[in-house]
Amino acid sequence: MITLTHYLAVAATLFTIGVLGIFLNRRNVILMLMAIELILLAVNINLVAFSAYLGDLTGQVLAMFVLTVAAAEAAIGLAILVIFFRRRGSIAVDDVNRMRG
Amino acid sequence: MALELIVFLPLIAAIIAGLGGRWIGKTASKVVTTGALFVGALLSWPIFFQYIFGSAQPAVVHVMTWINSGTLTVDWALRVDSLTAVMLVVVTTVSSLVHLYSWGYMEEDPSQPRFFAYLSLFSFAMLMLVTADTLVQMFFGWEGVGLASYLLIGFWYHKPSANAAALKAFVVNRIGDFGFSLGIFGTFLVFGTVSIPSILHAAPGMAGSTIHFAGMQVGTMTLLCLLLFVGAMGKSAQLPLHTWLPDAMEGPTPVSALIHAATMVTAGVFMVCRLSPMFETSPTASHVVTWVGAITCFFAATVGCAQNDIKRVIAYSTCSQLGYMFFAAGVGAYGAAMFHLFTHAFFKALLFLAAGSVIHAMHHEQDMRYYGALRKEIPITFWVMIIGTLAITGVGLDVPGVGGIGFAGFWSKDAIIDESWVGGSVAGTVAYWLGVIAALMTSFYSWRLIFLTFFGEPRWAASEHIQHAVHHVHESPDEEHGDSAHDAGLPPTGTAGYHPHESPLTMLIPICLLAVGAIFAGQLFHGIFIDAERAPEFWRGSIAFVRQLAIAAEQADFWVKFAPTIAWLLGLWIAWNNYIRRPEAATHFVQQFPAVYRFVSNKWYFDELYEVIFVRPALWLGRLFWKGGDEGTIDRFGPHGAAYAVGIGNRVTYRLQSGYLYSYALVMLLGLIGAATWAIWWAR
Repeated sequence: MITLTHYLAVAATLFTIGVLGIFLNRRNVILMLMAIELILLAVNINLVAFSAYLGDLTGQVLAMFVLTVAAAEAAIGLAILVIFFRRRGSIAVDDVNRMRG
Repeated sequence: MALELIVFLPLIAAIIAGLGGRWIGKTASKVVTTGALFVGALLSWPIFFQYIFGSAQPAVVHVMTWINSGTLTVDWALRVDSLTAVMLVVVTTVSSLVHLYSWGYMEEDPSQPRFFAYLSLFSFAMLMLVTADTLVQMFFGWEGVGLASYLLIGFWYHKPSANAAALKAFVVNRIGDFGFSLGIFGTFLVFGTVSIPSILHAAPGMAGSTIHFAGMQVGTMTLLCLLLFVGAMGKSAQLPLHTWLPDAMEGPTPVSALIHAATMVTAGVFMVCRLSPMFETSPTASHVVTWVGAITCFFAATVGCAQNDIKRVIAYSTCSQLGYMFFAAGVGAYGAAMFHLFTHAFFKALLFLAAGSVIHAMHHEQDMRYYGALRKEIPITFWVMIIGTLAITGVGLDVPGVGGIGFAGFWSKDAIIDESWVGGSVAGTVAYWLGVIAALMTSFYSWRLIFLTFFGEPRWAASEHIQHAVHHVHESPDEEHGDSAHDAGLPPTGTAGYHPHESPLTMLIPICLLAVGAIFAGQLFHGIFIDAERAPEFWRGSIAFVRQLAIAAEQADFWVKFAPTIAWLLGLWIAWNNYIRRPEAATHFVQQFPAVYRFVSNKWYFDELYEVIFVRPALWLGRLFWKGGDEGTIDRFGPHGAAYAVGIGNRVTYRLQSGYLYSYALVMLLGLIGAATWAIWWAR
């Protein structure tokens, strides 16, 4: 029997992977974008799981919104990335430090 | 109306030439300023003659109210009486001739409008001073001449020495002016007014009263007179505030003539004479004036004997002659003091302008050791210089019972010396002997100047300036001639092929006019200035004329009257012996008495003394406040400290700004965790 706890455990795992993906990844900005997607997915799983558990559709509607926003965000992020690559010739995370004080 | 024109035309001309000189050009500036002064001179002489022959009474022309505050009322008012009339004539005449002379002398200078504007401003300030009806207005003129002299001494502002001399004149004058302003404050405190006639009217009533000053009970009038006299010492270059005058030689020569003859150093003598009823009430103050004047007279004469710069010799001679004027005023011979001021203006302006002519001819060489044999080259300058020397040394003959004949200085200087003797006081007797000795030295250094400049062999070849003129090449600067001709030894003879040229007419005409004054000023005017019968009529109470003194002076012993004549003859003989008959004698003397020569040629070490006593401590104190107070305390804990703290904060925050996305994300996460923790545990 798959209980709510299982869903939450999966979501928490995915979230942790996503966060670690942001911090530990030093190579590629695309990986960072994917890690953010993972975090959003973890949240989505949480939303849907609680929605089913509580019998309230609001959570699933919210999950649809998150998906939409995530799609838009991915599109914009990738577009920025392409332009960035054209200008700098690299998308390695360690090279992206122009905000250094 | 004439009076307003005399006083204000120079101001208007100065404004036109000073502010508009750029547009109207140098010729127009020169015409305006010179014209203004000549109009002033033409209007001044009739005023003077009205006081001699006519029955003109003292008058006050009210211009406008200046200050009106409580009991203090100060008006712009022009006062004219006999004393002012004399000063008007002196100032406008000398100043207009100096203006004219400057046409020639400053011919090649690029900023002539500025120069002429300053000259006119100088004259205006002095005219304001001599026409002052209140002490405050006199102070205005007093500061005005101080400012103008500063501007003119530093006229060649690209020369560091000129700037230093201008600053020195200004600072030393400041000391005197401080005394003068204290005197004005004190006068207002005691008399409740600054109006000169009211003060002089009330002064005899205050004689003998005392006032609390600096923890002591002192005589009111003594204190006021001494404070005012400090101002006169500064302006008239009396010991110990004389050091600025010789340095003022850094200005162009016409300026020296103006400062020394008419518009600046005479201000102190004028002020003492103007306030003579005040000084008469305080014997102590008069004695101080006598002592200071006599010592300055002697001191400056000794220094003048050992100077080699032609202008410095004449500068120290001015200092010395001013000493005569002051001890005359000190013993009560105010008429004689003003008379000497009057005649001195002519022959001193003459000597300076003639010296300028020599310098002009010798291509700006000022060292007399490089002159010699110039009398055939510049004969007119030579003859007027002779006249000036005869006037300053007091050449003349007084036949008892018949009357006298002599040059300007003979009348005024002998009157001073006689009156100081018959005054009978200790100070007066000392002043008499110092005056006679100074007359001897005056004769010596004046004839030394003549002999070195105009006689003997030409010694031009060694002069750097002459070599410039001949070869048009620039010598290397380390070949300064200052050391090559050491002490009194004379440089080798030779002309280096240089031909001195006589000055242009614009320079010769003023000199010749002044020469006429130097010959006749004493002969013509001695009656009205010092004669026991005629002088009181002329002065009409504008100075405290002591008639008994004048009568006594006329009946003084024969040897008292004859001593100055012996003095000048002796001085002439010594100079002739040392510089014509045996030219090596002076060098020989210097070698025998090196200490005396060093002491005198270094001006009694006054500059060095002031350097140690005042300049160095002042610099040290300034450095202390600068380094310790300003930089060490205020800056360190104020602006610099704040900036340093900000810098440290910056270095911390700078490290946070790594520029890496993941570190920002980490911070965001930590923040989020912190916020979540707070929300869950504490903000329930």
